[in-house]
Amino acid sequence: MDSMSETLPDEHPTPHLDVTMHEAPASDAAPATMVFRTKDLAVYYGGFRAVRDVDLDIRKNEITAFIGPSGCGKSTVIRCFDRMNDLIDGARVEGQVLYHGVDLYGPDVDPVEVRRRIGMVFQKPNPFPKSIYDNLAFGPRVNGIKKRSELDAIVERSLKRAALWDEVKDRLKESAMGLSGGQQQRLCIARCVAVEPEVILMDEPCSALDPIATARIEELMQEIKLEYTIVIVTHNMQQAARVSDRTAFYTTELNPDGDRRTGRLVEFNPTAKIFSNPDDERTEQYVTGRFG
Amino acid sequence: MALTTVDQTGGVPARSLTESLTSGKSDVKGRVLEAILLGALLCSLGVLLVLVIDLLKRSWGIWTERPLDFLTSGTNISNAAEAGVWQGIKGTIMLCVVVAIVAIPLGTACAVYLEEYAGRSRFARWTRINVRNLAGVPSIVYGILGLAIFVKAMDSITQGRTVFAGGLALSALVLPIVVITASEALRAVPRSIREGALGVGATEWETVRHHVLPAAAPGILTGTVLALSRAAGEAAPILLVGAVTGLLRTGNQSFWEQLTGPFTAMPVVIFSYARQTGEAFREVTAAAALVLLVVIILINSVAIWLRNRYERKW
Repeated sequence: MDSMSETLPDEHPTPHLDVTMHEAPASDAAPATMVFRTKDLAVYYGGFRAVRDVDLDIRKNEITAFIGPSGCGKSTVIRCFDRMNDLIDGARVEGQVLYHGVDLYGPDVDPVEVRRRIGMVFQKPNPFPKSIYDNLAFGPRVNGIKKRSELDAIVERSLKRAALWDEVKDRLKESAMGLSGGQQQRLCIARCVAVEPEVILMDEPCSALDPIATARIEELMQEIKLEYTIVIVTHNMQQAARVSDRTAFYTTELNPDGDRRTGRLVEFNPTAKIFSNPDDERTEQYVTGRFG
Repeated sequence: MALTTVDQTGGVPARSLTESLTSGKSDVKGRVLEAILLGALLCSLGVLLVLVIDLLKRSWGIWTERPLDFLTSGTNISNAAEAGVWQGIKGTIMLCVVVAIVAIPLGTACAVYLEEYAGRSRFARWTRINVRNLAGVPSIVYGILGLAIFVKAMDSITQGRTVFAGGLALSALVLPIVVITASEALRAVPRSIREGALGVGATEWETVRHHVLPAAAPGILTGTVLALSRAAGEAAPILLVGAVTGLLRTGNQSFWEQLTGPFTAMPVVIFSYARQTGEAFREVTAAAALVLLVVIILINSVAIWLRNRYERKW
């Protein structure tokens, strides 16, 4: 359990950029808790290595962003954190994904229990084709909450936390498919929050949304980050700069033995440093728009 | 001025532009193709229409003289004036009930296993291929199977040549259709729904039970429509299993006695009447065929109604 209280030295860059960004939290105030730590993580799809060399530390109550060009493995890595890759035939993980020191790919780990603690919001809003209420109540129900009054309270609380309550409180019994794209995505966040996870993984949550809906989701992320740890994959560098505390930059490399590209983690640093003074030249090229 | 341009002052557009916009070359190939496609559709519908009209015309005497009597009388192959289809209708409905009870849950369960649990194992792949092959097996083969297994080997359960045995033989016949259509319906459920449910900590079964099956239900019901009407229209298997082609005496039996007693069915009744000589029986045969058509349309509409009802829930 030593990794629970582990701290990392925290660089403190001086951010001066055109985009406003959140400074990395000061490590000298309180030691940050590690939620995830990956060691030499590599993911294979069949014989193809999709991503390698991933060593990350994800801290509690921070927003960590994954950026990089298409095919660099950011989505693949985030899907390791809640064992979603299990659903893909032939997907295989090497190395370790430690969650509070427990290897998520250990022999006795139950993926269902993992996913209850680690929620996920997907690229395309995927509400169930049921009522708004049932969308939110499903998670608590399968986790053993049967009492109507309790479920009602959870539904209301989750919708409020996702800033959706005022818009839908009069039509909880109506189909969730009737909501707009942005509302659907906030519903998915509410659905995720309803089971009280510790971590929320977001795989390009705004890529199907318009700028106004995107801004609402980003605002929401800042609010709920006080209670949750968030990992977000994004194609939008500005978004990473706006919302995240730390950023991991991935890139792709041509395999020496073939013509396919394998993703790898290049740099993992506080967001301000990534966007102003990155350690790696490739990061700088990417964030300044010269590559990718 | 080589290019066609609009008059910049907002006046009349240049003549060349008007010409190029209005004198489009007619898409002859496209029109011919459209006509061929329409012809194909009319051909198929036409055959059906001719068939129905012909049946109506030939059986008109019965519908004008004794419609109720025809529908409520038993099979009678010696006197066309007293011949009816009631036993056939009842037999077909009972056979369909047996098929619905046996084949639909069994076929859906097979499909859920193959699609949701078996994954890409060699066994699953082998099974999928063979289910498709089974759907192509001629129905007479299922009759022989029914005779050997459901009539002879399972005699103690089915009581021999009964509705129950016939229904089981028909279930075996339509099972592959149910499995294939249910599999396709399950496969059409987007992965995002499964991910959403698994993502909040649902088990695989909870995901299937609450989200995948309800989402696939309309498709599965459509498959069962096909299966039931196929079962209702089959003559060969139940003839082999031993449906009664001649006179069938039915008294005031209980449901179980009927289920385990001698039976007949609409296709068998039609077959029996068609074998008789005389103009009067031509009329009876046509009327019975029309009744079978209506019974199948009724079964289909019930299933379509069920499907629409289900869909409207969300």
